[in-house]
Amino acid sequence: MNESNPDPSQPCREPTPEEITRRRFLERVSLSLIGLGGAIVTLPLIGFIFAPLFRKDPDVWRTVGAVGDFKVGDTTAVKFLDSSPLPWGGIAAKTAAWLRRTSEQEFVAFAINCSHLGCPVRWQQSAQLFMCPCHGGVYYADGTVAAGPPPAPLARYPVRVKDGVVQIQPKPIVIQRA
Amino acid sequence: MFLKTLKGTAHWIDDRLGLSATLGPVLRHLAPHDARWWYVFGSATMCAFMIQVVSGVALAFAYIPSATDAYPTLQFITHDAPFGHFLRGLHYFGASAMVLMVGLHMAQVFLFGSYKFPREMNWLTGVLLLGFTLLMGFTGQLLRWDQTAVWSVVIAAEQAGRIPLIGGWVARFTLGGDTVGGATLNRFFAIHVFIVPGLMFAFIGLHLLLVLRHGIAEPPRAGEPVDPKTYRAKYQALLKKSGRPFWPDAAWRDVVFAVGMIVAIALLAAIFGAPELGKLPDPSIIAADPRPDWYLLWYFAVLALLPHGTEQVFMVFGPLLAGLLLIALPFIAPSGERSPRRRPWAVAGVLLTVTAIAALWIEGERAPWSPNFDPRPLTPQIVGATSGPVFVGAQLFQEKSCLDCHLIQGRGGHRGPDLTFIADRLTKSDIIIRIVNGGVNMPAFGATLKPGEINDLVAFMESRTKHQSASGTTTSP
Repeated sequence: MNESNPDPSQPCREPTPEEITRRRFLERVSLSLIGLGGAIVTLPLIGFIFAPLFRKDPDVWRTVGAVGDFKVGDTTAVKFLDSSPLPWGGIAAKTAAWLRRTSEQEFVAFAINCSHLGCPVRWQQSAQLFMCPCHGGVYYADGTVAAGPPPAPLARYPVRVKDGVVQIQPKPIVIQRA
Repeated sequence: MFLKTLKGTAHWIDDRLGLSATLGPVLRHLAPHDARWWYVFGSATMCAFMIQVVSGVALAFAYIPSATDAYPTLQFITHDAPFGHFLRGLHYFGASAMVLMVGLHMAQVFLFGSYKFPREMNWLTGVLLLGFTLLMGFTGQLLRWDQTAVWSVVIAAEQAGRIPLIGGWVARFTLGGDTVGGATLNRFFAIHVFIVPGLMFAFIGLHLLLVLRHGIAEPPRAGEPVDPKTYRAKYQALLKKSGRPFWPDAAWRDVVFAVGMIVAIALLAAIFGAPELGKLPDPSIIAADPRPDWYLLWYFAVLALLPHGTEQVFMVFGPLLAGLLLIALPFIAPSGERSPRRRPWAVAGVLLTVTAIAALWIEGERAPWSPNFDPRPLTPQIVGATSGPVFVGAQLFQEKSCLDCHLIQGRGGHRGPDLTFIADRLTKSDIIIRIVNGGVNMPAFGATLKPGEINDLVAFMESRTKHQSASGTTTSP
């Protein structure tokens, strides 16, 4: 350390032109290397965090019961697993749907999510209405909007009858767009 | 002799670390002599943040951020772990205090005009810190991984979905996939425990650095507007004339207030503890009633009360506009009067905001727009008949969920109008039209009610008059 130079950022003499170009070069090299090192560390991180955006879940069918379990005209809550539950997902990987048997061979499966903000709607059997506990949305038995803020009917899941059992295809939660 | 050695050691450590040499002048920087009790909210916010760091680290020793294990570990922390109940309470009431203090701090800075030249960046970093605080509140509620948490994620994703163009992606990013599942909680854990706290440390540091750079704003005096050309010189002259070292002349008030706050939070945590967990985090349990914690309850009311059609736009542009307004503030009014006496609109703005949030908060607490799924049944006295159309109509009124949304003599829901005296307001044909066709907030029952049932319901409705309740007659038309 030079004791007579109190500010180490200011050298005692003027830098030579070679020193100036050398320093500029070292600055650029250092900044580029820092950028490269940062990219090596952060790009995989960003890819890792955003991976779920691009993952396509497989189409699977989940059995929710025998055809005979459901009466024509009734709407019943059924539970099933998501299409690709993670090993530690546990009960969080479960989903429910409102299954309505419309005729001997026909079923409709409504998402339980209100189209307003996704809260779980409840089926009121005697009133034949779905009601949302959050902001008071109401739907008719066919899923169309009866009252309140919902902008769209209840979403539906693909549903089929195969070998005497009713199967539902889990789908992503429908995100309403503006 | 021993004391002398101790003193010598302390002196040696201080000399070699340079603590007094570097921190001393910083702590003793001059502050305006009249910056008193109004100035304690910023340091109180930081103190609440430190409580959150300490209690949060403690909770992380037991909490397992996994969709399956979070709930049981929270139960363990709350009911079995020594001090667990208290620590969760500390974290909960600490969060509440932080939101409250950040609000008070912001209101004070706004009312005193302290955001003006040259402290624009103090304000902007503060706005960011407010955003981080609310984000911590919301993500923290989700880490309390119960049924309400699960549905709060869905509600957040649905709101994010309204963002133009990228909404679908943001929603998927929030959920961590197609639906709530194993990936969801871990994302919020990483955000709540690493990303946002890291940002907060950085921005609190910057915020404090800016306080040192521009100095603590002197209390405003009416008739002394900020002029960017002269302000800095005037401020320096003021400090030279009557400034006091921040430590301890001003800091003692911060300490007294902050410690008082800590005691209050600890008492609340010891007496009430943390909120109990709700039902299991199982998205297939349909009987759910998700509500946000108190600091976002007012926004829950906003989402329910917006006029039909406007909310699609509001959900995105409302928060965006509020954020932009806060960011734009120091550029809209960078100079001029600071005193609230000369800024009636600023005072009105704060009063309006506080009143609006308070009113929405009360409405959010009552949630009159939500159906009452479990209304107290109507008694024979209220019905006024034990057989006949009025009696049958009353049974239908309950069976068909009418009572979930309408009040009859204080029983039922608040969603629709009180029908206690409906016959005094509507004619028979009006009542029929309303039941059959419904309205904006009422379903049409024409398709699900048989003609006889409609007649019975109408008979019950027609018996709802002031006259009849008063006389107590039980005849039916």
